[in-house]
Amino acid sequence: MGAHAGRIVLRLAAGGVLVFLYIPLAIIVLYAFNDAKSQSWPIEAFSLRWFGVALGNAKVRDAFLLSFQAALGATTIALLLGSAAAFAVHRFRFFGRDTISFLVVLPLALPGIVTGMALNSAINFGIERGGPSFGLITIIVGHATFCIVVVYNNVIARLRRIPRSMEEASMDLGADSWQTFRYVTLPAIATALVAGGLLAFALSWDEIIVTTFTAGTDETLPVWIFSNFRLPNFRPVVNVVALFLILLSAIPVYAAARLTGGSGQVGTR
Amino acid sequence: MQQVASTVPSATERAPSRASVAVHLERVRKTFGEVVAVDDVDLEIRDGEFFSLLGPSGSGKTTTLRMIAGFEQPTSGRVLLHGRDVTGVPPYDRDVNTVFQDYALFPHMNVGDNVGYGLMVKGVPGKARRERVAEALRMVRLDGFERRKPNQLSGGQRQRVALARALINRPRVLLLDEPLGALDLKLREEMQIELKAIQERVGITFIYVTHDQVEALTMSDRLAVFNQGRVEQVASPADVYERPATAFVAGFVGTSNLISGDSAERIVGRRGIFTVRPEKIRLSEPGDAAHEEECTALGTVRGVAYQGSDTRYFVDLDGGLELVVTRQNLATSSMEALALKGKAVRLTWDRRHNLPVTKGGEGTEEE
Repeated sequence: MGAHAGRIVLRLAAGGVLVFLYIPLAIIVLYAFNDAKSQSWPIEAFSLRWFGVALGNAKVRDAFLLSFQAALGATTIALLLGSAAAFAVHRFRFFGRDTISFLVVLPLALPGIVTGMALNSAINFGIERGGPSFGLITIIVGHATFCIVVVYNNVIARLRRIPRSMEEASMDLGADSWQTFRYVTLPAIATALVAGGLLAFALSWDEIIVTTFTAGTDETLPVWIFSNFRLPNFRPVVNVVALFLILLSAIPVYAAARLTGGSGQVGTR
Repeated sequence: MQQVASTVPSATERAPSRASVAVHLERVRKTFGEVVAVDDVDLEIRDGEFFSLLGPSGSGKTTTLRMIAGFEQPTSGRVLLHGRDVTGVPPYDRDVNTVFQDYALFPHMNVGDNVGYGLMVKGVPGKARRERVAEALRMVRLDGFERRKPNQLSGGQRQRVALARALINRPRVLLLDEPLGALDLKLREEMQIELKAIQERVGITFIYVTHDQVEALTMSDRLAVFNQGRVEQVASPADVYERPATAFVAGFVGTSNLISGDSAERIVGRRGIFTVRPEKIRLSEPGDAAHEEECTALGTVRGVAYQGSDTRYFVDLDGGLELVVTRQNLATSSMEALALKGKAVRLTWDRRHNLPVTKGGEGTEEE
């Protein structure tokens, strides 16, 4: 009896959490299909006309492209540096190993506004000495600071789950270090790499705080939304753009969760 | 008992047999920080023999195996494989293969690719590889399992795949690290017989790590008993059981039943440390007489463990010593066996069954 009641309470609680999380998103999605310009309830007619308006807007297209390039760039850097750091920390015992592990993970916990400020100062410092000016490159560097962490976390968690005997068996059977990496280690961490990459992409895709400090006058999609959603004329278009953002972050996160069997490190700021 | 149980270190003492030496460990020592895992071990393992490294966990047997495989490097000493010094040679350049305790199958490869892995990295072409994979799988009675994934196999089948994978390279020495530890008793007994049969068929030297003395006694031609990083005895199973070199060996391979000090003088008639196997001791009424050539002692049964085919009696001797006696339940019911608890009894056994042992580390005392 008690157990039965407990189960009902748990289900209600879980349902409540889901409603709390997803009702606001559902409203945005509904409004994206609203024919009217004003957000009035109930919605009288559905249409796709705001999708056309959004796609016809050059600023939206530019912002979409910039966001996409930034996310791809940051993900690439994160995959290279994040997995390299994970291998180094996992494989070798060296002085300060734990410190390095901590320092790699720290940027994820640091307030974005602090990271942003620091990067802004560093970029200004660099520009005076011939470094890149504010734009795609600086956005990528800024996003990479926290994207590296998710790749690192995913890869090192996987490396720790691979039994030592697996690589020993490979060497025992005649494979040298490179063959062992190529045929045994890399396949074993492949899904962790993909999952880490997808999460990194999703993080970069909707980032706004660090971007504000590193983008200069360029606008990524989230920045564009932020500067336009107060203008009544743009409200329907903003809803459509928000729907794109939701889709392009939800798909990679869903795929990453599937790849890591639900136990992956879904690190998010 | 053609050979007196020899203890190590004393490699020169042991007459080298006709067979050549497959693995030779020369004063091999391995330390991890402060901990001495393997302490100056000398061993000669002959070509084609089934040799076990037996000992409790932490006794250094697995570390010794890992040094033969090349996964660990000795802190000092040398490892020779068929006369070649391989100390410092990486695992992939040694003519040995290993069956791991956890099998270590590659989960992303099917059975065929797992078994063929050693040939693949050596560049053996696909057709020849497939033929040898099929042959290796046939040997472990897994014909046609090439396409299965490791996670679709039972524990016993994984075990066989690991064996086939290690044997396909045709190594001269196969190392097995507690390979049957994860299997249930029934399967383990089957695999013991099968492993032994395979070893005899392929004629490869098997070096087998186990903490199970029954397993070591069943399968080995010879075995080394490890304790705290040292080898206490190297001998045939019969010698290890019937002529244990040290108190530790007596206790680890069977029940220790040690008689020492004043009790030895009183019961055996002279000083020293002796062990007597529990199945050699007879239980009788306190009033019964003993022959001259027999040792005898009075005591009280403190506990009775009925084990189906036989019963173990824990007897406190009047002189303050505990001996275990096992008796087959030929005509004894469990009720009769259990009724002995608390009764006064006389223990008698033939003098020949007093086995002199040392505390450990040194040679055997002769009677």
